[in-house]
Amino acid sequence: MYNNLQTFLLLAALLFAIGLYGVLARRSLIAVLISVELMLNAASINFMAFNRFLIPEPAVGQIITLFIMAVAAAEAAIALSIIIAVYRKLKSINVEHVNELRG
Amino acid sequence: MSELFSLAGLSFLLVVGMTLGGAFIAVGARNIFHNVLGLALSLFGVAGIFLYLNSPFLAMMEILIYVGAICIAICFAIMLSEPLYRPRPPRKPIKLLGAAVGAGLVFVVFAALVKKTAWVPAAMRSDDWSVTTIGHYLLTRYALIFEAISLILLVAMLGAIVNAKNGRGREES
Repeated sequence: MYNNLQTFLLLAALLFAIGLYGVLARRSLIAVLISVELMLNAASINFMAFNRFLIPEPAVGQIITLFIMAVAAAEAAIALSIIIAVYRKLKSINVEHVNELRG
Repeated sequence: MSELFSLAGLSFLLVVGMTLGGAFIAVGARNIFHNVLGLALSLFGVAGIFLYLNSPFLAMMEILIYVGAICIAICFAIMLSEPLYRPRPPRKPIKLLGAAVGAGLVFVVFAALVKKTAWVPAAMRSDDWSVTTIGHYLLTRYALIFEAISLILLVAMLGAIVNAKNGRGREES
């Protein structure tokens, strides 16, 4: 079961779908950020699964996954600082209240 | 079927259960702290999956970076922003249903794609998984990625500090 590429791909797809549901359904900005982290992890699992089963050089996929992790860390830092700034300005982190740019 | 009931098979099921259960807590619970704890559980599960994918190094990095750094940063952001006791009106069920249907459709498409595609493995050129090789690659062939990561992290750090500090002094005085 765990020596099978499709198991891991299906698992990653399920994790991605759960994260997508969170992004669509939640209203707190922090909850949306948490869901985005889940989706990034699904992408990492995909890369690692292809790396394990299909790719000729296994070091390469690990480097790509490390890159995803670093970008996710940068993204989390920026997003959290934006969330704090938004809370200072609007006293709310509900996505439906953050609509100053609405036409 | 017999491999499912070996120790490795059972712990694989445990790891998958941690990943998916944690993910459900992370998107489903109404308390935002429970969301973060669910995320941490799910990320531990993902680290276990990386172990099954032959890479203990990345499993360690996953725990260090995600569980150790990102979850803690999210906890700080929760404490610095909206108070938890503020009442929140319940969500309209029709919107939740729409989100669930959309996410479910995406999953169905992905699953059909995974099932239909014939995955052809490439010819192995090496089976060297070691951290030493990763280090060599990062400093030779993939030096651009290494430099890009360091630049991105530096810019993100500076940007986060500037963003979060902005407007603070004036409000307090």
